[in-house]
Amino acid sequence: MILEHNKKPRNWGMLADATHKAEGVNPLCGDHIHLSLKLNGDQVEAVGFEGEACAICKASASMMTVAVKGKTKTDAEMMVQEFRDMTTGKLDTGGPHHLGRLTVFAGVSELPTRVKCAILPWHTLHAAFAGSDTASTE
Amino acid sequence: MSARDKLAAPLDVAALRREFPILDLKVNGKPLIFLDNAASSQMPQPVIERWVKYRSAQHANIHRAVHYLSETATAEYEKARHKVQAFINAKESRECIFTSGTTDGINLVAQGYGRKFFKAGDEIILTTLEHHSNIVPWQMLAEEKGVTIRVVPINDRGELLVEDYRKLFNVNTKFVAMTHVSNALGTITPVREMIAIAHEHGVPVLVDGAQAAPHLKVDVQELDCDFYAFSGHKLCGPTGIGVLYGKAALLEKMQPFKGGGDMILSVTFEKTTYAPIPAKFEAGTPPIGEAITLGAAIDYLSAIGIERIAAHETDLLDYATDQLNRVPGVRLIGTAEKKAAVLSFALEGVHPHDVGSLLNDDGVAIRTGHHCAQPVMKRFKVPATSRASFAFYNTMAEVDALVASIGRVQKLFA
Repeated sequence: MILEHNKKPRNWGMLADATHKAEGVNPLCGDHIHLSLKLNGDQVEAVGFEGEACAICKASASMMTVAVKGKTKTDAEMMVQEFRDMTTGKLDTGGPHHLGRLTVFAGVSELPTRVKCAILPWHTLHAAFAGSDTASTE
Repeated sequence: MSARDKLAAPLDVAALRREFPILDLKVNGKPLIFLDNAASSQMPQPVIERWVKYRSAQHANIHRAVHYLSETATAEYEKARHKVQAFINAKESRECIFTSGTTDGINLVAQGYGRKFFKAGDEIILTTLEHHSNIVPWQMLAEEKGVTIRVVPINDRGELLVEDYRKLFNVNTKFVAMTHVSNALGTITPVREMIAIAHEHGVPVLVDGAQAAPHLKVDVQELDCDFYAFSGHKLCGPTGIGVLYGKAALLEKMQPFKGGGDMILSVTFEKTTYAPIPAKFEAGTPPIGEAITLGAAIDYLSAIGIERIAAHETDLLDYATDQLNRVPGVRLIGTAEKKAAVLSFALEGVHPHDVGSLLNDDGVAIRTGHHCAQPVMKRFKVPATSRASFAFYNTMAEVDALVASIGRVQKLFA
């Protein structure tokens, strides 16, 4: 699934009518993404991203955009927290959570150098909500 | 076998490999194939044993007490300095300062020389090939002093453009800092010629030798460089130790980089008189065991012969270059005519970080990323590269394993 999303990322491209934008960078490994959001009140109406990143980062961003589209900001922020907990081994994916298919990324918790690749889009989403321009997971 | 025959004989790589315990390691159930030597190389048993001997029977603080251990440690530490002197053919051992590594040595010169002698309006010359450690210390100083940094460009092969370099000089040029071998591309720079050009203008030159010292015979007198910095851990030695060579006359007129014990002649609250070189630049308790162990690493490499090491590494590089050139979708970054055993490449459609992770599944260790050389990445319009870098203990079979592993990555991403 990760390879498929890497090859054909969903919601690729920046929104022309974005209300929120942020840039995510991992300077050491070279992941660099741009994320744009269109919020309608509290709801994520549209989301788009582009950038230069590894397969894990790109697939994580692609699946994230699919997952948060239509969600409220509060729900999306909860997923940010759950995704972060999952990839750092703090979330039991057998228990209750809201991540759905995103649990394919649970395995990165065993690859310490790749955790930041998977988390970067989520940090960038958080930064976009918060109105800050840049995010980094290093 | 005569000494001459021994120097000409090819390396017995199988025998050498047996001296490196770490090369027996299995990674993900596969034999470790260590191709990240430009970042740090591995330590052979005789060098490890030297460290153990120091910690077991020779450790005390140096240059201080009169007891047996302190005298032993001091003598061994200074003996290591003489080994360094011989290794790089410095005129005097006091021109060899122990540092914590190349970065530390460059900062020492930026602060000890640049801070004292640069003024607003001055210019210094760096090259596109520099590692961040030979950019940032100069930038920090340039910002503070109002000094301008000029940069020598490279061509598409990753070679410095010497004629452009020549044109950068003017009456304001005060310093040149340049690499001997590019860590990201492997380019061996025409450092001797470029030093001579700088000297025509009366400008001193610092050479970053971090990548050169393990692979080329370095002769600081023949190069006529003013400063030469390198690290121990890329020479099969420990981390935390490096060397800054400087011409005695320059080191003597510089200000100390760090203040502390061991770098003074006398201290009152009114005035401190500094110790003569090299002590002036070795404030505090130095990495004593690391310096002594570096001495052992130098002995180890010298016994093999840097020329024989270079010959084997060139064979590896030529073979690997040829093999990778045959793989469609592989683009080699850095194709200089004169190259050390570094192979940077981009794999079409696959991010270097994924290449590194998947190669690791096969036990192959390479470096991926920007290699602390972002200006080089920018020049070649890539965010990062994958880099295989060879040492004398690598084999042709390991090159084959690298190429096979790259093939598996391509299949997965096809």
